[in-house]
Amino acid sequence: MYRYDEFDHDFVQARVAEFSDQVQRRLAGEITEDQFRPLRLMNGVYLQLHAYMLRIAVPYGTLNGKQLRMLGHIARKYDKGYGHFTTRQNIQFNWPALSDIPAILADLASVEMHAIQTSGNCIRNVTADHFAGAAADEVADPRPYAEILRQWSSVHPEFSFLPRKFKIAVTGAERDRAAIQTHDIGLHLKKNAAGELGFAVYIGGGQGRTPMVARKIRDFLPEADLLSYCTAILRVYNLYGRRDNKYKARIKILVHETGVEEITRQVEAEWQELKNAELKLPEADIRAIEAYFAPPALTERPEGDQAVKLARLDSKGFSEWLDQNVVTHRHPDYAAVTISLKGIGEVPGDASDSQMEAVADIAETYAFDELRVSHEQNLILPHVARADLKAVYDALVGIGLATANSNLISDIIACPGLDYCALATARSIPIAQEISRRFASLERQREIGELKLKISGCINACGHHHVGHIGILGVEKKGSELYQVTLGGSADENTSVGEIIGRGFSSEEITDAIEQIVETYLGLRLDPQEKFIDAYRRVGPAPFKEALYAGETKAA
Amino acid sequence: MKILTANRLTDGIAVWYADGGWAETVDHADLAHDKAAEDRLEAIGAKAYAANEVVDVNLIDADVVNGVVEPVRLREKIRAAGPTIRSDLGKQAAKQATWAA
Repeated sequence: MYRYDEFDHDFVQARVAEFSDQVQRRLAGEITEDQFRPLRLMNGVYLQLHAYMLRIAVPYGTLNGKQLRMLGHIARKYDKGYGHFTTRQNIQFNWPALSDIPAILADLASVEMHAIQTSGNCIRNVTADHFAGAAADEVADPRPYAEILRQWSSVHPEFSFLPRKFKIAVTGAERDRAAIQTHDIGLHLKKNAAGELGFAVYIGGGQGRTPMVARKIRDFLPEADLLSYCTAILRVYNLYGRRDNKYKARIKILVHETGVEEITRQVEAEWQELKNAELKLPEADIRAIEAYFAPPALTERPEGDQAVKLARLDSKGFSEWLDQNVVTHRHPDYAAVTISLKGIGEVPGDASDSQMEAVADIAETYAFDELRVSHEQNLILPHVARADLKAVYDALVGIGLATANSNLISDIIACPGLDYCALATARSIPIAQEISRRFASLERQREIGELKLKISGCINACGHHHVGHIGILGVEKKGSELYQVTLGGSADENTSVGEIIGRGFSSEEITDAIEQIVETYLGLRLDPQEKFIDAYRRVGPAPFKEALYAGETKAA
Repeated sequence: MKILTANRLTDGIAVWYADGGWAETVDHADLAHDKAAEDRLEAIGAKAYAANEVVDVNLIDADVVNGVVEPVRLREKIRAAGPTIRSDLGKQAAKQATWAA
């Protein structure tokens, strides 16, 4: 993985010193809250309902054991013993004291981590496929490009005060696991007919109160042009993006209002000015960054097949976990493992200090010291020898993280909601927990098959409800929580925005409604292979509306 | 009725104005029954904000239930108690510990 060079170390240390000084001046009353607020936000410090919240960057979701262990240490020493992994592949702590934040940032810097640009109207943490470098279906590891973008975008003087926040995602596979079409810029790393690497470029995707699927503005951008082209996009956005209304300030609105042809023309025109200048990436530089992401030396471990076969016979739990949470690796003797942070009835994305430390140990012992945070709020061990899978499983059972529910209905994305968030209008987590408990039976979940359920506690859509196969949006209506259901959303290579199915449900009704939707799907699918999303796309909303609301229409 | 709430600058912990100071629980927050009392609370909040004691100062609706002050909105109830999914955290945790003792 990427290691800081001298410049990175100095840069992060300088920022820690600068922000520590700002915190001290704030605590001493030398600067006002109005002066301090933008400074703390630039360093990931929010004020939530109960306390401050610190959001820490995990660039493209990649971590090593030492870093995860440090996060566990921070959870224990400065917080309340747990952290929350987010849909931006980051982690946030819910209870840090402002006076402790300089010490936390110093601890983070000691393991090459920081909280820079995890908030504010700048380019946020660049996300990537969580199976990058391991996936059997990728043309190349997208993370070197994410790292190049990270270096370019960190305190970029021109792009630190954009009209609104800006999010970039990169995938290296046809099957999009990074939700690139829901991003301000989505990059699909691919090869052209000549075998050269480059990107399909999408812009203007996003969620929030105006969900939009990104539009492709270029089918193939040579890799050397990555920064000049992104600069051109950002320049057009920075110049023409709206600053008069924060709800219309994202690039998606600009793309929508300008039209994709015209904005493409503007970007291309800007790019002509930039493409052959200093932003052109030298081949040697790309390869140098790529070298940081060289895969671990995966020795042949052919005994894995037999070991897995025997262990399957021995343990039903292992067998189920293998089927659900373990995916094919590009090396046949290895696999990529999803560590579910979605135990039945647990808080999606939360991990305790001791769980973080134990997972760090597992990564160091069995997974070449590599970990990922997925945007679906799970942890990933990208490289595990099949021969070691049973040992990894046993270790995960020991810390309560072996739930075999990856991609099933209880693998729910949920934002912190009104239990923590100052912007939320309703709670998300208790709804996720109740649905998870209702569908606790793994047998039932597997019978239902792949189903992405996503919950947001307000219209800002941090819980990605717009792109859930089933999405739930919590709002406040007449002083109570009300949950609107959307169906048919998706965040993969066929991204779609879900449609609101009808009137919302109270917190007491919502789990029954979800069960009704699932039962309706089970009743109408062509066969068990037809996934929920495919069935919905085939039949549309009518049968689901009928199931949910028919009684009401008749009564009326 | 209104009460005055904020978050303490140093640690961000939710606090309520009570009896001449900032209390860590809402139970005995000073109640404003009329506009004049609201103005008085508001002035106290503005002064504390200017003195860098607290941030995010707000006047919120409250009732008295069983002799203690209770915020009206769910958001404020959760601020006053802690996350509904973690009864071991927030103000509710201290209360539980007290009861246990």
